[in-house]
Amino acid sequence: MKYVALVYNNPGAFEALSPADRDALMSEADAYLKEFTETGELLGEGFALADSSTGKTVRVRGGLPAVTDGPFAEAKEQLAGFYVLDTDSIERAAEIVTNDPAARFWAVEVRPIMDTAGAEM
Amino acid sequence: VTSRAGPEVEDLLRGLAPQVLGSLVRRYGNFDLAEDAVQEALLAAALRWPEQGVPENPRGWLTKVASRRLIDELRSDRARQRREEALAARVPAAEFVAPAPGDEQPPDEDDTLTLLFLSSHPSLSPASQLALTLRAVGGLTTAEIARAFLVPEATVAQRISRAKQTIKSSGVPFSLPPEPERAERLRVVLQVLYLIFNEGYTASSGPDLQRSELTAEAIRLTRELRRRLPGDGEVAGLLALMLLTDARRAARTRADGSLVPLAEQDRALWNRSYIEEGVALVTDSLSRTQLGPYQLQAAIAAVHDEAARADDTDWPQILALYELLERVSPSPMVLLNHAVALAMVRGPRAGLELLGALDGDDRLAGHYRLDAVRAHLLEMAGDRDGARAGYRSAARRTTSLPERRYLEGRAGQLTDSR
Repeated sequence: MKYVALVYNNPGAFEALSPADRDALMSEADAYLKEFTETGELLGEGFALADSSTGKTVRVRGGLPAVTDGPFAEAKEQLAGFYVLDTDSIERAAEIVTNDPAARFWAVEVRPIMDTAGAEM
Repeated sequence: VTSRAGPEVEDLLRGLAPQVLGSLVRRYGNFDLAEDAVQEALLAAALRWPEQGVPENPRGWLTKVASRRLIDELRSDRARQRREEALAARVPAAEFVAPAPGDEQPPDEDDTLTLLFLSSHPSLSPASQLALTLRAVGGLTTAEIARAFLVPEATVAQRISRAKQTIKSSGVPFSLPPEPERAERLRVVLQVLYLIFNEGYTASSGPDLQRSELTAEAIRLTRELRRRLPGDGEVAGLLALMLLTDARRAARTRADGSLVPLAEQDRALWNRSYIEEGVALVTDSLSRTQLGPYQLQAAIAAVHDEAARADDTDWPQILALYELLERVSPSPMVLLNHAVALAMVRGPRAGLELLGALDGDDRLAGHYRLDAVRAHLLEMAGDRDGARAGYRSAARRTTSLPERRYLEGRAGQLTDSR
């Protein structure tokens, strides 16, 4: 079963950290990614998202596309990055994510990814 | 690298892979490097044989090429220099040359068995067990395994290399597990093979068609296992279960990938020869070996497969088999199916009552399957509102897109025809 881990923080949260905290976060994050890539549970490298102001929101209404510039979320915390885990259960996925320094500084949400396999009923 | 070899060369290579690996490991003792060397030899053969023809002694050819790669690898690794010298001193010079076709030793039948046990060693994670079984015993490439499991190739490579490191560091010998452990270890081998089968079987059509190769591979490996352990009822039971399940493949999904429930499947599309073989296997094993969960599940599948129409299904027999299965191997999933069989024999209220026993069960709390079965029984009982709510709740909780579509469709039908 695959799970996506969604990292949330406030815009500018990383920049607001002290240099020592920033260095600690970076090296912990590297160690974290390395550890679970080696167990074969973390797929690929993960992605950090650029600031939400650089994004666009697309809506199609009545067949017409309407594209608006970000930022689009009013919430204080925004999606900052994500990576994919492939493991036996959501409990194991959550256990892995407790090692992500982002979970300590901010919050990481774990969600199952829908798949196209299924059993007949 | 993907092999462009035709199916015949591919089958030949996959059958030879564990034999060549076994003979290398017994000769040089280095499972980790030997496994890599065999993979390279398989790739070389897959590129060369379709063009230049299959050599007279394919096993000898592969052994020769793999041995050379292994020795090159040992030589190039300076850190292993001293060990290599010790090895060279131990191995007679003649060993470096592949035997002439006539001198070839007969394949050691136990190598495949030993490799199956080794690849599903309990110290490995389930994901590593599947990957290593497919590569070391099945002869699949890392790229093929990655495509089948929809993960990056680097991830499969990590799982395999980690598995080999674990085997190396725990000093697992290249031999069959000792007799007292063997039954328990065989149970894990069967579980790994069944997981490989299910990974392929539950994949729907379309972009996932590639994954159906896993079903064929699981059946092939289970056949190989059965050839070596013909007296084991559970090995026969698992093979029968796979055949009797896979027999329905063509009928279980529509062209658009949506799921067709068993009762609505076009039975003319079922694979008769798989059904005959599966029925014969399970009938034989039930009559002469100790009863086990795979045999019982195969027997249930056989009763379904033998009914010409869904209405002809012998539900009392299925109910009796679920009662037995619950005694031999109880689980919430078995109880769910038991409730359906009970509803078919004694009516939906009896089934719903049995489901009530599952409400406090943590293993199923919030599981979509409990909601889906309850909705089905409520629909049978005429409670349309309850059924609709159950289907909707199940649709929200499943992580499978085809299942969600099916469950939403059932809920929708109950709304439309009001």
